[in-house]
Amino acid sequence: MLTNEEVAKDLIRQFGEDVYDFEDPFDLLTLSTKREQLIPMLQYLKDHPTYQINFLTDICGIHYPDDPNPEREFCVVYHLHSLIHNFRVRLKVFLSEADLHIPTATTIYACANWMERETYDFFGVNFDGHPKLIRILNMEDMDYFPMRRQYPLEDSTREDKIDALFGR
Amino acid sequence: MNTVLDVSNKNIPGADVPAQSDGPIQYVNELTTLNLGPTHPATHGIFQNILQMDGEKIVSGEQTIGYIHRAFEKIAERRPFYQITTLTDRMNYCSSPINNMGWHMTVEKLLGVQVPKRAQYIRVIMMELARIADHLICNGILGVDTGAYTGFLYLMQERENIYEIYEEMCGARLTTNMGRIGGMERDLSAEAIRKIRAFVSRYPKVLREFENMFNRNRIFMDRVVNVGPITAERALSYGFTGPNLRAAGVDYDVRVMNPYSSYEDFEFDVPVGQNGDTYDRFMVRGEEMWQSLRIIEQAIENLPEGSHYADAPEYYLPPKQEVYKNMEALIYHFKIVMGEIDAPVGEVYHSVEGGNGELGFYLISDGGRAPYRLHFRRPSFIYYQAYPEMCKGVTLSDAIVIMSSLNVIAGELDA
Repeated sequence: MLTNEEVAKDLIRQFGEDVYDFEDPFDLLTLSTKREQLIPMLQYLKDHPTYQINFLTDICGIHYPDDPNPEREFCVVYHLHSLIHNFRVRLKVFLSEADLHIPTATTIYACANWMERETYDFFGVNFDGHPKLIRILNMEDMDYFPMRRQYPLEDSTREDKIDALFGR
Repeated sequence: MNTVLDVSNKNIPGADVPAQSDGPIQYVNELTTLNLGPTHPATHGIFQNILQMDGEKIVSGEQTIGYIHRAFEKIAERRPFYQITTLTDRMNYCSSPINNMGWHMTVEKLLGVQVPKRAQYIRVIMMELARIADHLICNGILGVDTGAYTGFLYLMQERENIYEIYEEMCGARLTTNMGRIGGMERDLSAEAIRKIRAFVSRYPKVLREFENMFNRNRIFMDRVVNVGPITAERALSYGFTGPNLRAAGVDYDVRVMNPYSSYEDFEFDVPVGQNGDTYDRFMVRGEEMWQSLRIIEQAIENLPEGSHYADAPEYYLPPKQEVYKNMEALIYHFKIVMGEIDAPVGEVYHSVEGGNGELGFYLISDGGRAPYRLHFRRPSFIYYQAYPEMCKGVTLSDAIVIMSSLNVIAGELDA
């Protein structure tokens, strides 16, 4: 049985300053890393003889436009799972809008392919080295990234939408 | 591949036969492009595969998905939590209650609501009924795709009976919107219990008949054994979960590994396959239906007494009679319906064993009425990537069977 502390301490020993912001919301070890360390860390966790965190559950993006630090405007979240120890890790990489690049994980996990395409499709995060980084769920000729917060859905509190205009 | 045909018509007088060259035979490497989908009756959903065919064999495939993308994650960012339930049951619409319950449990985890045992057991019953409905469709359709319509027809009647139980529980059949945050919307009625018992006693006979028809059927086995195999290693790398992963020999089941909704109270086995081929996937799903029946039996026999919803007035709609008489109930009713209840700040990942695998909900709440970000881990979306690799070198008819056995649900694929 792995504990969050044990893995966290080992990661600090291994990656030092490059891992930070440790949390464990609902007992799920959450940490942030720099994008340069992302692939080495995924590889380390996968190849570790005891952890064997070798299952990529999910990749998704988050947009924080209101964050005062522009370096933390975008976040890519990796959920990893060790099926041997039933241990999950949540890995976050924060990016700025000016430099939305992150190395691809497709070299380690085949399933990262579409997850990264989805993240690119909705947030515009560029996964460097991805074999085919094109939109996946939206149309090819879409010219914006719809999950970014500046594209709101229709606002129900708007007053300039008069029902009569819509035949209601 | 163009083969050289020996037509031997040299001796026919007057035949204009070109002189045979002495040089090496020229093979023309010519591939046929075949467009399978987006709307093709054999794909059971809207997805396109552009296949490169070398004669009968598939060389490579390119998938296009997103035809029924409905932007659920974006819509969810504006909706109060209880309204998101209706989005979830449009994902894997073959087993909507599992999606609904998964979502409720995610929110309950965030809110810290403890659901009473009775509600948990009712949820287990509904989820296992949904699993049976999901698997019987998949296995029945696999029969149809291999040319046997009968099995599908027999099983379909049982799905109808499951849908009648859904109707009893929530009034709907396909997109169920079943249960509420904090419990179930209504208790198991006497009629629902009668229908569940009737189903549990009747279904084994039907399933056995179906298995007798297929499991050792020579024609069926010739079509599915060793078709589309995937190794456990590749399956893990491709993010397989659920029956498809278990067919490859990995005994990962969320119900066992991270029990939710009192699954630890029940005794059931996790079937695993060996080869990860279509036959194993079929057999794993078949056996899972038996295990689901076992769970339903245990749950209905040991159904605890008590309330079917948690004491969480801020999140669970009060009974209608109370709303008419009681001021607090009226206030809560109004606040919940208008979506004025703020959720606590938090970040939660919760997963349930869906019909196709690990269905995950990654919810980030910033303390508002709606999620700040909600991401669905949709098993179909993740494992469908492996389809071209599994199809390499097989014939078109086998490719159809492989897709059918993967049980890719278009709604879940595209969200």
